[in-house]
Amino acid sequence: MSAPGRPRIAYRRRASPLHAARGTVVAAYCAAIVTAALLTEQPLLLGALLGTVLCAGAAAGDGPALRRALRRSALPLFALSILVNLLVSRQGLTVFARLGDWGVLGQVNLTVEALVYGAVFALRLLVVGLACLLAVCAADPDQLLGSFRRLSPRVALSATLALRLVPVLAADAGRLAEAQRCRPGARWRSPGTRARLAVLRATVAGALERSLDVAAVLEMRGYPSARRAPRRLGGRSRHDLAFAISAAAIVLISLAAALDGVAHFDAYPLVSSPLDPAAVALALALPAIALAPFLDRAGIEP
Amino acid sequence: MSILSFERVSYAYPGADRPALRKVSLSIEPGEFCVVAGLSGSGKSTLLRAACGLVPHFHGGSFGGTVVTAALDTREHTPAQIGAHAGTLLSDPETQVVMASVRAEISFALENRGLPAAAVARSVEETALALGIADLLDRATDELSGGELQRVALAGALAGGPELVLLDEPTSQLDPVAGDELIWQLRRLNQECDTAVLLIEQRLERCVAAADRVLAMSEGEIVCDQDPCGFLEWAAEHEPALQTPGARVFAGAGLRPLPSGVKQARTLLRREGLLHEDRRHGRDGADTGDGPTGAARAALTGGAPSGLPGEARGRFRRRRSREDEPVLQLRGVWHELRDGPAILRGVDVRLHGGEAVVLMGRNGAGKSTLLRHAGGLMDPTRGRVQLEGELALLLQNPGDLFVHEHVRDEAPPQALRELGLEALADSHPRDLSGGQRQRLALAVVLGGERAPAAIALDEPTRGMDREAKRRLASWLSARAREGALVLVATHDCEFAVEFATRAVLLARGRVIADGQVTEVLAGGRYFTTEAARILGGEAGAVRVEEAVALLRVRRDGAAATPTEAPADDLAGIDDLAGAGR
Repeated sequence: MSAPGRPRIAYRRRASPLHAARGTVVAAYCAAIVTAALLTEQPLLLGALLGTVLCAGAAAGDGPALRRALRRSALPLFALSILVNLLVSRQGLTVFARLGDWGVLGQVNLTVEALVYGAVFALRLLVVGLACLLAVCAADPDQLLGSFRRLSPRVALSATLALRLVPVLAADAGRLAEAQRCRPGARWRSPGTRARLAVLRATVAGALERSLDVAAVLEMRGYPSARRAPRRLGGRSRHDLAFAISAAAIVLISLAAALDGVAHFDAYPLVSSPLDPAAVALALALPAIALAPFLDRAGIEP
Repeated sequence: MSILSFERVSYAYPGADRPALRKVSLSIEPGEFCVVAGLSGSGKSTLLRAACGLVPHFHGGSFGGTVVTAALDTREHTPAQIGAHAGTLLSDPETQVVMASVRAEISFALENRGLPAAAVARSVEETALALGIADLLDRATDELSGGELQRVALAGALAGGPELVLLDEPTSQLDPVAGDELIWQLRRLNQECDTAVLLIEQRLERCVAAADRVLAMSEGEIVCDQDPCGFLEWAAEHEPALQTPGARVFAGAGLRPLPSGVKQARTLLRREGLLHEDRRHGRDGADTGDGPTGAARAALTGGAPSGLPGEARGRFRRRRSREDEPVLQLRGVWHELRDGPAILRGVDVRLHGGEAVVLMGRNGAGKSTLLRHAGGLMDPTRGRVQLEGELALLLQNPGDLFVHEHVRDEAPPQALRELGLEALADSHPRDLSGGQRQRLALAVVLGGERAPAAIALDEPTRGMDREAKRRLASWLSARAREGALVLVATHDCEFAVEFATRAVLLARGRVIADGQVTEVLAGGRYFTTEAARILGGEAGAVRVEEAVALLRVRRDGAAATPTEAPADDLAGIDDLAGAGR
């Protein structure tokens, strides 16, 4: 059993309602969460959406991948977003530090509003990133790209190959790194930057060789004369319908809330985030709507 | 009308100084099962690539003559057009599979041809059922084992119902069981669907019996085109390296006709009165020593137990005086994956200097993992691994070791000199031939300041022809005689018996057999040699020369000596040829 370098973040068919839905529906569901995150700046709602994505990931069996991504990216994302916003924003009124004249940046005053907005922006990025990650883990890429093939076969196939080659090249890199440890004396010392670069170069060279082999196979399987893919057989499953309805509801409610000014949030010139009953109701409703399809666990055998 | 015809076809790859094919003419009729044999670099793969149109459309080069596949002239039709009638499967399954899921992979070619959805779905289901992979349809391709991946790639090639299937060493990465299953499936396809098969294979004993014709190639030419028995007679006279072990047994014992498979061999022996039916699958470990079997055993071993290592000498000589001190010891070693299965389950093995040990088992049995533990690349989740001295570990792909621009940067000069690679010091490692790469990889792992106490190789014979395997086996035997522990994981039983004195058989991470190679392999059905299958494991005869001696004793009533002495020289691996084009 030798599978060094198998990527941790990749589609795996699992016994979950989300995986039982079509790739296009899963993508639409995740896109709805992304849309909801882009339509609001209210920290309460963004927090609710973050919780929704994590719960959906856990219910789909992809919780570990999402939690790992959260652990690794949350702190750097918040730090970077806050730092950049503090330095470039000129709109806040509550100054808590005056840093003087910074040349091209001019007079730099750090404000509470810029800090809060930076944190809200990072929270929104986090929701968007994790929702995309959930799509990568739960949407069958072949189904998804099969749908796109009806629109543009070449583009869809190129994307398919790119997706297929990612785990192959990751496995190649893992094998190469492992082989380097077989060199005398290398087993018990950690590889230096030079050794890592050598492995990277060898992986790239190997990728070129591999791409030639793959190109030969594509040639024989009719890729150059690929036609518009046929519509796939089969009706929509209960999970397709449930997640599609959920996605539509999330988008419609978020849109309505944004247009109506519910869950209003202003960072500038002073932080204003009224926690009215409508905002709280929205923060409860969106997760409930998003997670409801997971209650139906019939027909989810992978 | 022929399903495939070559007419005076010559071809040279771009920049090559000699042609890969020379005026090849042949025709294959619908429903024929043809096997192509030949040493590495003889032009077999090029022949196949010419048949499917990759030569010259994809590879370029200079091309002369005419190839017509399924009534399509390959000059005028692209590989995609030819692919609709002739399915092709190359040797590396990893690059044969282009989609992320099995179902999408099998339907890929059909969708490209614009078939209706219902036809695609039906073809996918039927092909999967025919190849026994229906339960894999919804699996991701990067989760599959090598054997599963190869069957999926075959399904992709067969989904369109081709009239001709072209296969380039499809079993080279499969264990004996999976390899035999694949050949059986091809035979079934040939019998039930009248599909013509053109199969390139190094382990001829697997497929010759199923073939209608065997083509032998040498230096780009077809030098033999006969039925299996005719081919074996030709090989006995002109190219002994292409003989099957069964044919070598018969030729060595002076028996005719040469058999194409185990069934025919046993029938012939039975007719000659040379088969002891009651001893089938017997191991003869408790043989009395009386009668022809016991005499043969004595003749084979010179009165001593077979397979004991010789006296240690040379660079690899034992450094420990106590012979019972193992060089490598695994005590209750477990390897359990997080959120996954256990790969090794309490493995207990003691391996000594001077032993040549073969590690066998199906794909996924834990052989490679055990070697990685021995080499310190993995830590057991339970148990202990003790290694006295250093272990030189060569993993499956020798090319993975090379990360520099020049051979001289890969290994120290002394190691290059020892393996005869000094003259290639300025070459790029990727420009070396398969055999040279193997030698360079050995130079890399053996290039430490001290001679290693153990040498471990993982599947070193992939794509090697029989002659190259024989030379590697001789080299390994020599290292064991010098006192090094030699540990090799392989699926190739014929190769294993050429060097090994001890065999360890793994199944699902457990050691299920451990003993002298003759004891472990003699009574097997899959993990055994063709000679042992023919004689039913009598007298522990697993090697060709042992089987020859046994038959001679039985026929002549007198002891005979083995006919083939193993070569024994480091220079013997000079031409370790890898997979040819």
